[in-house]
Amino acid sequence: MARPVRFNVNPQNPKISDAIGFTDLPEGLEGEGFYATKFEKIVGLARKNSIWPLPFATSCCGIEFMATMGSHYDLARFGSERLGFTPRQCDLLMVMGTIAKKMAPIVKQVYLQMAEPRWVLAMGACASSGGIFDSYSVLQGIDQIIPVDVYIPGCPPRPEAVLDGVIRIQDLVHNESLRRRNSPHYKALLNSYDIQ
Amino acid sequence: MEITTQYIQDRLLEKFGKEISFLLDPYEMLNFETPKDKNLKVLQFLFDDEILRFRFLIDICAVHYPDQKGRELAVVYHLHNLQDNVRIRYKIFTPIENPDIFSATGLYQSANWMERETYDFFGINFVGHPNLKRIQNVDEMDYFPMRKEYPMEDQTRIDKDDEMFGRGSSVL
Amino acid sequence: MSDLIFPNIKLPEGSIEKNTTTLNMGPTHPATHGVFQNILEMDGERVISSEQTVGYIHRAFEKIAERRPLYQITTLTDRLNYCSSPINNMGWHLTCEKLLRVKIPKRVDYLRVIIMELARISDHLICNSIVGVDTGALSVFLYVMQYRELIYEIYEEICGSRLTTNIGRIGGFERNFNNTAFTKLEKFLKEYPGVLKEFETLLQRNRIFMERTIGAGPISGERALNYGFTGPNLRAAGVDYDVRVHSPYSSYEDFDFKIPIGKTGDCYDRFLVRNQEMWQSLSIIEQAYKKVQEFKGAEAEVYHADAPEYYLPPKQDVYTKMEALIWHFKIVMGETEIPVGEVYNCVEGANGELGFYLISDGGRTPYRLHFRRPCFIYYQAFNEITQGCMLSDAVVVLSSLNLIAGEMDG
Repeated sequence: MARPVRFNVNPQNPKISDAIGFTDLPEGLEGEGFYATKFEKIVGLARKNSIWPLPFATSCCGIEFMATMGSHYDLARFGSERLGFTPRQCDLLMVMGTIAKKMAPIVKQVYLQMAEPRWVLAMGACASSGGIFDSYSVLQGIDQIIPVDVYIPGCPPRPEAVLDGVIRIQDLVHNESLRRRNSPHYKALLNSYDIQ
Repeated sequence: MEITTQYIQDRLLEKFGKEISFLLDPYEMLNFETPKDKNLKVLQFLFDDEILRFRFLIDICAVHYPDQKGRELAVVYHLHNLQDNVRIRYKIFTPIENPDIFSATGLYQSANWMERETYDFFGINFVGHPNLKRIQNVDEMDYFPMRKEYPMEDQTRIDKDDEMFGRGSSVL
Repeated sequence: MSDLIFPNIKLPEGSIEKNTTTLNMGPTHPATHGVFQNILEMDGERVISSEQTVGYIHRAFEKIAERRPLYQITTLTDRLNYCSSPINNMGWHLTCEKLLRVKIPKRVDYLRVIIMELARISDHLICNSIVGVDTGALSVFLYVMQYRELIYEIYEEICGSRLTTNIGRIGGFERNFNNTAFTKLEKFLKEYPGVLKEFETLLQRNRIFMERTIGAGPISGERALNYGFTGPNLRAAGVDYDVRVHSPYSSYEDFDFKIPIGKTGDCYDRFLVRNQEMWQSLSIIEQAYKKVQEFKGAEAEVYHADAPEYYLPPKQDVYTKMEALIWHFKIVMGETEIPVGEVYNCVEGANGELGFYLISDGGRTPYRLHFRRPCFIYYQAFNEITQGCMLSDAVVVLSSLNLIAGEMDG
């Protein structure tokens, strides 16, 4: 390989806390031999670091996603090592690229096939709002047909922007209440998209 | 022998006589046109002839000229002679009321989808095409979008305000 | 019954009587790198026939182009073959220059050649590594993507953007290549040949890869010509047609390079042709870089043609000189003279002959612009190529044809 290791070649007094990152424990009740906290906090913590995305790559943003998945801007560091191509096994639907009106029923079908809890990330200007293609055949944003959690602007967004978007999804996953998917608010949201 | 523009013109005039008309092209490509029912004969002649050898179809497309009455839709064939490196452009015009043109799929397999795309965008009916249906747009579309009378934007959309986008105020 | 739930899938005719299975390799599938659909009619594991549906990413480029002045259409052409967008940009600039009769200085030509060949390497890298991924070799793809990052860094230095570059202007480039760009180019030229050699040794004589790809989806030269193939797919079938040699543009006649040709047109030949083309592109870039360095003094600062009607003057001049102000106003408001006429120009894209048919009526925007997209034309042959082969061969054929959905639908 052409690129030599530059950092940490001769570690002097290596401190383990420099090499490993720790997250803080959620708030809870501690005592000798036990620790009690809210269930949803632990579940959120576990879920956020192992999101399995479904890359729904249609056009140019798909190539930038491939660059994000590559070793330079590694997405697998954030837990998304396993990309599934089947919606039945994935948590995060990443819609990357222009969605034409011919493709819209397929996006909706893929969304319906995903199991709760599911999140949607719209990457790029075309998926967020139609992008530069203000024409008769392009759907002006996928939020016309499915609810979207995070939008990443850009044409195409830089891989750092994609990583930022995935981190925001991770924040959403971390803070999500266990009852959200059954709440009337969420049901009303889905109803507004004609999704039962 | 050298295939010059003059040579091609002479051969075509000799074979098709008065039906051919030539256009002077300042950008060095010979353009010619014939009445629309002759298109297969011309393409076959250019294919079979041992000196002309135009055996590669580069492209088929169409153009809509709404102002020329009786000749609104033009189908343009670009042909290429690979051995002698000569390109020509062949146009046929058809009125918009009955845009029937013979299909070139018998001669060139690549004409198949190119003609479907031309049908999809302009509504030209290729007679003899094995599978003439829409290719790029949704199947339920009932108009031919590349014609000049149809706008670029989707008219059924209510979310984007035409005024904000500088298109006049046609949306409430 | 299948019509009710999946309206975009139709059973092939006679399939129920013949007892064949219908498999939908739908628009979203890990094997289809892009959105196009194949409905395969299969007898067990063998494909009998297939029907293709495209248009799932139809963005109406030709309609949008009728509304934009010539210099704004470059951003549309970026998104045609997005893996190698500089080639599309340069092709469009060359078409406009042919229409507007702008003469381009040699240095600009050589810089354009460097950019186009870098884009060609970038596209062939993706195509070949995806062929590897489809046969199971994922690590090659990850290894090689790092070197595409080096190419992206060079683009960034020149135009600011990585993927959809909008590089260059009608008449040249928007700014001169600075020293950092040339340093990065030298680094690429130093590091990349070693990587390409490793890439070859990993896949080219690999027993498993050869058995997967040899004999998968062959096509003969005459059938390929009839189907309108161009580019590496046609050269793998044995026909040596390359637009760079046949109708040289942008001073390609000054360079010395070979055109690799295959024999049977199967996936292995396509892989080899693309690989060899990458070596040839490297050689062309080295030659062009040497030629660029030979320009000294004032000539080394030339980065655009002297065409004030079409090339925006520098901003300092616009704010201080009258003539520059007038030209700037005229160009932006669309008062410059665009000749009336039709022009067809083509360049050798990474997939084949990318053609631009431009009809101008003298106005600011084109009257009609048509893109001759190579992917769209040769995808029709997929049915004939894959008749009788196994499903896994069909998948490898699909990726070795290098189908880019953005170019196919346009």
